[in-house]
Amino acid sequence: MTETVKVYSRPKTLIDRPWHFCPGCHHGIAHRLCAEVIEEMGLQENTVGVGSVGCGVFSYEYFNFDGIGPSHGRAPAVATGVKRVLPDRLVFTYQGDGDLAAIGTTEMVHAAVRGEKITIVFINNTLYGMTGGQLAPTTLMGQVTTTSPYGREAKQAGYPMRVCEMISTLEGAAYVARVALFNPAQVAKAKKSIRRAFETQMQGIGFSMVEILSACPTNWGMAPLEACKHVENNLTSVYPLGEFKVPEGVK
Amino acid sequence: MAKVSFLEERCKGCGLCIAFCPKNCLALAGHLNTQGYHPATLVDEGSCISCAICARMCPDVVIEVEKEARR
Ligand SMILES: Cc1ncc(C[n+]2csc(CCOP(=O)(O)OP(=O)(O)O)c2C)c(N)n1
Ligand code: SF4
Ligand code: SF4
Ligand code: SF4
Repeated sequence: MTETVKVYSRPKTLIDRPWHFCPGCHHGIAHRLCAEVIEEMGLQENTVGVGSVGCGVFSYEYFNFDGIGPSHGRAPAVATGVKRVLPDRLVFTYQGDGDLAAIGTTEMVHAAVRGEKITIVFINNTLYGMTGGQLAPTTLMGQVTTTSPYGREAKQAGYPMRVCEMISTLEGAAYVARVALFNPAQVAKAKKSIRRAFETQMQGIGFSMVEILSACPTNWGMAPLEACKHVENNLTSVYPLGEFKVPEGVK
Repeated sequence: MAKVSFLEERCKGCGLCIAFCPKNCLALAGHLNTQGYHPATLVDEGSCISCAICARMCPDVVIEVEKEARR
């Protein structure tokens, strides 16, 4: 006798509706991984997601748990307030590199400095996606964007900002990792890192951050598979993958 | 039911499931969905091993995967 077994189905932590992301956008994979981990940890009723301004702006419309839409870049400050009032909740922010590494740098850095027991999921796609592909602090040298039409040059716009490397120097930061989504093995590793970051928070250890190198096929002017190759070949050399800090309790 | 099923109207034809399927069982269909994309479809069910790599690469949660298991 044989029976039919589900190998993969939509997590209950995602509302059943279509998403606005462009074809092949890694925001969709990143949303799904966060939702899968929350379902697997049994935290659907005990989570507060804090969104951001950017292509991730509708996260509270997509995640099937409590959510807040903060003003641009302020998610870690909002998450700090929520976590301090409701310390038993899983509280995480979901922020792009424009939101986190440009307008919201202060909030992000000081949440880590204070060792807030929140998690930041940081989507690094090397530009401002939602507004049409402007240069971000994370833009690669020579990368053409709408505001660097001749490619990023140091004399005008400085050098790429390596957020994980900076944050891992802070005692308050307990778990810091950079992952990517350009093939199935990387997706599996990314999921494991999100799990470790959430575990770090739920065990009360400290601040956690997962940076996800993420494809923006639309503003890169690439087909989805080509955009995956671009992450693998050109982003990982500037933004090395790996775990920068792992606390004892979650190894 | 087939081993791999698609919410065809949600598919954006990005091709990531097709590119990473280890058994080359998937392809874009010739027709368009109402969003205007050629949706991904299972063209070689016999070779499919129900590994769910396609579902794990899909950015739009289009795919569900099942397998036949012995009781
Ligand atoms: C106070 C304020 N300043 C500027 C904007 C315009 N704005 C909207 S989204 C965005 C950047 C989004 O880029 P990123 O955070 O990298 O997210 P992505 O869209 O790439 O996922 C900017 C500058 C805004 N909405 N509010
Ligand atoms: S603009 Fe880029 S980041 Fe935004 S939804 Fe489209 S592909 Fe994704
Ligand atoms: S389940 Fe695996 S073998 Fe079957 S179509 Fe999906 S990726 Fe291919
Ligand atoms: S990965 Fe998803 S959206 Fe892309 S072609 Fe396959 S089923 Fe469609």
